[in-house]
Amino acid sequence: MATQEELHQAALKIGRANPVGRQGASKYLRRLDYSVLQQCIHCGMCLPTCPTYDETKLERNSPRGRIALMRRIADGQLEVTRAFGQELYFCLGCLTCETACPAGVRYGEMFEHARADIEQVGVLRNPVRDLVRALTLGWMFTRPQALRTVGRLVWLYQASGVEFLVRQLKLTRLLPTRLRALEALTPRVQQHFSDALIRPVETPANQKYRVGLLTGCVQDLAFSHVNRDTADVLLANGCEVVSPRAQFCCGSIHAHNGELELAKQMARRNLDAFDLERLDAVITNAAGCGTHLKNYGHLLQDDPAFAVRALKWSAKVRDIHEWLAEIGIRAPAASIRQTVTYHEACHLCHGQKITRQPRQVLQAIPGLELVELPESAWCCGSAGIYNITQPEMSQKLLRRKMANIATTAAQVVTSANPGCSVQLQAGLGESNLKLKIAHPISLLAQAYRKSEAQG
Amino acid sequence: MHKIAAELTRTLGSERVLWEREHLATYGFDGTAALYAEAGCVVLPKTTAEVTQVVRYAAEHKIPVVTRGSGTGLSGGSVPVPGCIVLCSVLMDRVLELDQKNLTIHVESGVVTQKVAELADVAGLLYPPDPGSMKISTIGGNVAENSGGLRGLKYGVTRDYVMGLEVVLANGETVAFGNKCVKDVAGYSMKDVFIGSEGTLGIITKVLLQLVPQPRAKKTLLATFSQMDAAAETVSAIIAAKIIPCTLEFLDRITMKCVEEYAHLGLPLNAEAILLMETDGHPVVVEEEAQQMAEIARNHGAMAVQLAESAEESIRLTTARRMAFSALARVSPTTILEDATVPRSELANMIRFIQQTAAKYEVTVGTFGHMGDGNLHPTFLTNEKNAAEMARVEKAMEEIFDQAVSLGGTITGEHGVGLAKKRFLPKAIGDASLGLMRQLKRTLDPDNILNPGKIFD
Repeated sequence: MATQEELHQAALKIGRANPVGRQGASKYLRRLDYSVLQQCIHCGMCLPTCPTYDETKLERNSPRGRIALMRRIADGQLEVTRAFGQELYFCLGCLTCETACPAGVRYGEMFEHARADIEQVGVLRNPVRDLVRALTLGWMFTRPQALRTVGRLVWLYQASGVEFLVRQLKLTRLLPTRLRALEALTPRVQQHFSDALIRPVETPANQKYRVGLLTGCVQDLAFSHVNRDTADVLLANGCEVVSPRAQFCCGSIHAHNGELELAKQMARRNLDAFDLERLDAVITNAAGCGTHLKNYGHLLQDDPAFAVRALKWSAKVRDIHEWLAEIGIRAPAASIRQTVTYHEACHLCHGQKITRQPRQVLQAIPGLELVELPESAWCCGSAGIYNITQPEMSQKLLRRKMANIATTAAQVVTSANPGCSVQLQAGLGESNLKLKIAHPISLLAQAYRKSEAQG
Repeated sequence: MHKIAAELTRTLGSERVLWEREHLATYGFDGTAALYAEAGCVVLPKTTAEVTQVVRYAAEHKIPVVTRGSGTGLSGGSVPVPGCIVLCSVLMDRVLELDQKNLTIHVESGVVTQKVAELADVAGLLYPPDPGSMKISTIGGNVAENSGGLRGLKYGVTRDYVMGLEVVLANGETVAFGNKCVKDVAGYSMKDVFIGSEGTLGIITKVLLQLVPQPRAKKTLLATFSQMDAAAETVSAIIAAKIIPCTLEFLDRITMKCVEEYAHLGLPLNAEAILLMETDGHPVVVEEEAQQMAEIARNHGAMAVQLAESAEESIRLTTARRMAFSALARVSPTTILEDATVPRSELANMIRFIQQTAAKYEVTVGTFGHMGDGNLHPTFLTNEKNAAEMARVEKAMEEIFDQAVSLGGTITGEHGVGLAKKRFLPKAIGDASLGLMRQLKRTLDPDNILNPGKIFD
């Protein structure tokens, strides 16, 4: 576990000079290119698409309202206050507003800068929050070994039956509300992580491309089988798969939670981990990571040592569905006779504007019937760690999502983001729906495996 | 805490009275560029009775009340008067009745326009007014601004569909006008006084709207022209041939260039104008009219005419027009969307004048709009932080409005006067008309508490 020294270091990374609770002037928003803030023409087209505005109908809870606040802060007419901090953490960061915006406002960038300001000024600080942030953002998600150690412990807790016992005895009631929510949302950790399932280099017989595979952090612990499936699908489509052993968290969790400097550090480490020149593409199967990975070029634009490499990186990053659609999906021979619906992860459909390709992947499977999910692109409430920080709003969105899923009568719900999958799993637990949750790529991999078995 | 807010909280509860700066800053503007003012508090009533209570309180203390729906207006009509009470109608969003026998729908003023359109559609009916902001604009706001849309030529504007209104007056009294009768001449048509009154005469709380049967078929055409005059003449010839299309929209060269750079649709960049035409109605008539329109366009020198053969193709042809505003809005930090309007016969003249004036003042203006009804959208692409350029924009705008008026047109076809066009109004309508408006305002709102300083001082 974390040594005293590591924890101290982590706390320093996260800790701020300001005393708890005081408001102050902006550093990040003020430095942001003003035209980014000014691009909003406050037409209101984002309002009906924003899940939080839809719920409250208060202007402050809309993208237009939040941008207005950011702009006043950048102008120095408003300080970074506690209310502003709470507002920006009430925002899901789902980026639906970017899809709706006629003026091309880069909300995601503003949102990251605003949260960085909130952390820099420290308006939301309290000892528990500081500790949690130091442990997660500063320690766990900056050190792959730390994360894996935590993963092993969780696996042991889940696999040994202790979790079952704790839940049966309802000991979780002893936990504070937030932790209880967290307990329910803990993903099922896999016994084997990606490096035990995927060799550093795997080459298909008919190699046409060479790609790097990002195995991720949460994906690596809880969905390592999806990583294996991704490798299988890539191999079946003529791609040699290179998955470096030393991979780091992509840094999206840092960027989305106000730690832009740590996010840059994680980006640099990943750039060092991959031999970019030798790869045709860098593949990710997690939507949340994908949006951020594609943004490395922008994130490191002022870093002389990394700017050029980061731009090349951004140009090579592909979501797995996007890549398959680009090179042409080889249709499997075997069929899967199932009714499947598709939930769109926000960071795939809004963050990366990838909507067609995952459906193409599913439709390439013979026998599979794809039924459209009503409001498929409406956030499920997972939104990174939103389901833990804002359980009430998150639950409302999850119930809405589950009600929509119920109308499809599908046997499988597919989703291409680990956060959504964990959230949907929790939603299933609460509802009476009997269905499975899977990554679209897993279904394709399953079809390929079935084809091979049938010879 | 603000004294007004504290007292209103007793009526509405603390959740629906907002007074913190982080709230007020987000209600300081509407969809208009470069206008901002902070209210004293924002209230969100849920019923007419609550509106009445707020207005009575405001009347007693002589505090201005600015009514607002979703804040999408384009003339500053719902921008707060400093220190005022902003009365936001978005929580008054109940649909009261859809009457399929009389083809009417009765809604509260905070219902979103799109919702009305969707409900009508489900019932096999049509609510024709389709302002660009209809996905979020409220019906109350549409009535207060008398909003238009793309179908004006054939179907008219919001006013043509309002059959009745419930209004809270400046003294807190509630009055209802109109009914479901197509014919009703009992006294003055009071509802018409409130339509387009921009929240200065009363607060609209309920609206009774007329719906029409859905047309059974629609056909879409797209024509490109090397001369704006040819496009304008085509429009005149279509009307002269006794065809009333439901859509006659155009894009000028600058708008086309912006659309092309943004969306890469393969638009001909040597063209001066694109004309999007649609006709709807009985399938046989629609087919015949579409052929006729294509022929007229060709006879008037169209470089190319495309006739959509399927619903998908029809959507493809409308893409450029649908993207026009988005494409323009991306070019520069500040986008000012204007709506100078002239009689149809003066369209080509007016567009030429806009282009010349833009060149004279060295400002970028893309023009698109509703060619069928003469409603133009000269769109200024500028930066509000650039004072010198903004001054030139102001001058160009003034000349454009002057020209529109001298051609027998108006300074605003569908956005309203609000704050943004206030100074152009006297020239546009003349002293007598303005005097009468002032008299009406004094009669209905003697203490000048309802949206003061909008339309005129």
